[in-house]
Amino acid sequence: MGKNGAAPSQAHVVGASLPRIDGYAKVTGAAIFADDIALPRMLFGKLLRSPHAHARILSIDYERALRHPGVVAVAVGGDLPARYGILPSAQDETVFAIDKVRYVGEPVAGIVAEDELAAQQAAALIEVRYETLPSVMSIDEALLEVDGSGEKIHPESRKANNVHKEVHLTFGDLDAGFAAAERIFDDEYFFEGNTHAALEEHSAIASFGADGKLTLWSSTQTPHYLHRVAASVLDLPASRIRIIAPPVGGGFGGKTEPVAHELAAAHFSRKTGRPVKFTLSREEVFYTHRGRHPVRIHLQTGIRSDGSIAACRLQTWLDGGGYGSYGVATTYYTGALLPVTYKMGAYAFDGCRVYTNKPPCGPKRGHGTTQPRYAFESQLDEIANALGLDAGAYRAAIAIDPYSRTINHLRVTSCGMREALSAVAERTDYSEKHGKLAPGRGIGLAASAYLCGAGLPIYWNPMPHSGAIVKVDRGGGVTVFCGTSDCGQGSQNMLAVIVAETLGIDILDVSVCAGDTDLTPVDLGSYSSRVTFMAGNAARSAALDVRERIAAAAGAELNIAPDRCVFERGRVFDRDEPERALSFVDAARAAEASFGTLAGVGSYTPPEDLHGDFKGSGVGPSPAYSYSACVAEVEVDFETGEIRVERIVLAHDCGRALNPAIVEGQIEGSAYMGMGEALMEESAFRNDLHRIPNLLDYKTPTILDTPRIEAIVIETEEREGPYGAKEAGEGPLNPVIPAIANAVADAIGARIYATPITPERVLQALDGTTGKLRLRAPVATRTA
Amino acid sequence: MSIAPSKILATLRVNGRDVTLAFHPHATLLEVLREELRLTGTKHGCELGQCGACTVILDGTPVLSCLTLAADAIGRSVETVEGLAVDGTLHPVQRAFLELGAAQCGYCTPGFLNAAVHLLEKNLEPSEAEIRDALAGHLCRCTGYTKIVEAVALAGRRMRAAANG
Repeated sequence: MGKNGAAPSQAHVVGASLPRIDGYAKVTGAAIFADDIALPRMLFGKLLRSPHAHARILSIDYERALRHPGVVAVAVGGDLPARYGILPSAQDETVFAIDKVRYVGEPVAGIVAEDELAAQQAAALIEVRYETLPSVMSIDEALLEVDGSGEKIHPESRKANNVHKEVHLTFGDLDAGFAAAERIFDDEYFFEGNTHAALEEHSAIASFGADGKLTLWSSTQTPHYLHRVAASVLDLPASRIRIIAPPVGGGFGGKTEPVAHELAAAHFSRKTGRPVKFTLSREEVFYTHRGRHPVRIHLQTGIRSDGSIAACRLQTWLDGGGYGSYGVATTYYTGALLPVTYKMGAYAFDGCRVYTNKPPCGPKRGHGTTQPRYAFESQLDEIANALGLDAGAYRAAIAIDPYSRTINHLRVTSCGMREALSAVAERTDYSEKHGKLAPGRGIGLAASAYLCGAGLPIYWNPMPHSGAIVKVDRGGGVTVFCGTSDCGQGSQNMLAVIVAETLGIDILDVSVCAGDTDLTPVDLGSYSSRVTFMAGNAARSAALDVRERIAAAAGAELNIAPDRCVFERGRVFDRDEPERALSFVDAARAAEASFGTLAGVGSYTPPEDLHGDFKGSGVGPSPAYSYSACVAEVEVDFETGEIRVERIVLAHDCGRALNPAIVEGQIEGSAYMGMGEALMEESAFRNDLHRIPNLLDYKTPTILDTPRIEAIVIETEEREGPYGAKEAGEGPLNPVIPAIANAVADAIGARIYATPITPERVLQALDGTTGKLRLRAPVATRTA
Repeated sequence: MSIAPSKILATLRVNGRDVTLAFHPHATLLEVLREELRLTGTKHGCELGQCGACTVILDGTPVLSCLTLAADAIGRSVETVEGLAVDGTLHPVQRAFLELGAAQCGYCTPGFLNAAVHLLEKNLEPSEAEIRDALAGHLCRCTGYTKIVEAVALAGRRMRAAANG
């Protein structure tokens, strides 16, 4: 096809495991992450953080710090007093604490200097006087009445004690359901909090120009939400702020909301007229994390004689940490997706999130659905065992049907859960092995479902969730502009795949410009596994928009109707007589001559009929759900309690796999991360302090702990997804944790009702000292 | 400026070229590579020697550049990820990481690449256990390590084939 663009080696990009387009820069060290950016005259910032979990700030004296050589400016709470928060209903944070601190590690002051060392030295010279208050470090303590010696973490809250949010929802006739049940299974579980621990430490660089315009680069998964919050906190018009999201070095939910250092960088740049960079240390990342909530779970499930679920009642208590964060959404998510996998006669959900004096929790991969899924799939294992049913066949029998509604009114479209269940059971000979392996060896199975994007935005608005522009250059190069942020999941590549496929060109002839609020239409961000579905649909529709004009011009040149034009292998040709053809470049030039500059626009807004009409119905709906199933095999050492995961087989219904290698990568990474959460990862606190804020003591699985993961891609045709695609980034994590828990139960003949399943807990279970988890019943939320 | 000792002037051999520059005696090799030489391909994930992201090759041996003083590298040879591709052609390990999708976010990748190249320089036919041992000091949160192990094995096979003509 000549020098203007390469002929693609295959007819279709969709379904091909091509190297990701951003992979070249990532294997050569050429990818520029936020901290790799350095600007002339740049200052370096540090945050002074609270050493107390709960205290009043009596005074802050920073005169000595200001006089330290190299120091340029200091700021404290009063300098940036605007309250903010990711959710409109939880505007409860300030950049630097005002009046009181609510967790160890909360930013109290910021300092910028000519170099990092000077900023660090000077931060130690800021004198803060505190009056400490009794700290609240657990769900139990947070539910107690606050006595005279203490005060509520958020004194202005109208909720009792330290309760942040309560949710009570009932679907169907719960009493009748339980009355019809032959057996009721009643268990309590505890899912420990843990963190994302992305390898890249957060970094932000701000540059405020003499024209009054701010440019802010940040390792963020949500540039659009940062844009909104920056405008509000800095009191600047959004039109004068440009947010750029460089490649993000791992997200997993840990970079989805604006946090102090980003806003501090912007503030100091405006104040000093110089670029300012803040990069967090690893310890700071542990305080900034917004990680997985610790959740206590009470689950009652009534089973009919055939094993079907007559009624299910779920109660959750979430340990939210010091601020709201995404917590209201998280609370709803602990209940919303449980019914997306199985049919139920009736369902009730009571959720309660409390404030504690720990770093705030938020979303981590699987946001709020991971903890109850662990509990439900553990209990289903017990149910199958009690009824003498095969765990896989049992789940398939009660599975939700494609194109149906859940008991909580959510619309389900394509559903490959039964296929995923059979795939993992067959691959592992699950039925032949379960209950029959030698002592110490076990096999476990679990299933799950997840969103393909939240059906509603974080702030109410009637605009699209994602937009894209596809521009065609007269040289044949195509650029797609979209506000997505790539945190490693492959969103850059996804956009290129969709556009290359739609225009029939080589993927390397597509450039992606993403995550730049000056240049790209809004995409709400990399959260809730929404990007492939929503940005993919926007990009597809933008590419179709411009293709229409190219087809019209090509049709005129070839003397055929435009709808007979096929775009493939870098050519535009007649469907009926393929030898009548133009190169894509010539077709694009003809179109530019006829219609002027070539660009297409597209956007995506989810349908409105996804959910029921009740308070709280906004969390849980999604245009489609992905389905996963997992089998894990473990070996437990009865002497030491150590668990070795020997095998993880994980099948995931991703709709159509746009790039199977990337889907496999998401499945493999999910298996690994789920394994870490099941066995070792925990955000542990002692005496108000994070016990292990570093990557050595916060145990994550190494390459020696992780088995070779077997990923199975299950393809269903999702009618509303771009080229039939759904999600793969988060869903596959959820079944891994209960599959491992079920395997451990099979191996040792006893159930451990809490995560992480440590050697200590295994030994206690073997001694029979754990038994069932019986947590003290909290009074405040037993009213429903 | 900060209260810090004055800088020293020294020469390091970086990716085959001598560079002379001034840095603080307490500066780590990581800081000098990234901040003085702008070789930002070398990443930091902890600055405590726990994650492996900052691994570079010093006189033929992988070291954690966050725990290595730049002063200890004076007169010695440092290889970073930027030096792996020769004349624009990817090293077989880079090529395999790219093709198999062993780099997702890509942040840990430079460290893994250096460790893998070092392994294959000593042993072109490593077993899976040997690959895992050689990479055990590196954390990756994205891939589950599966495609990394496959990529190193694939690169080894290709390098063997190339060596055998």
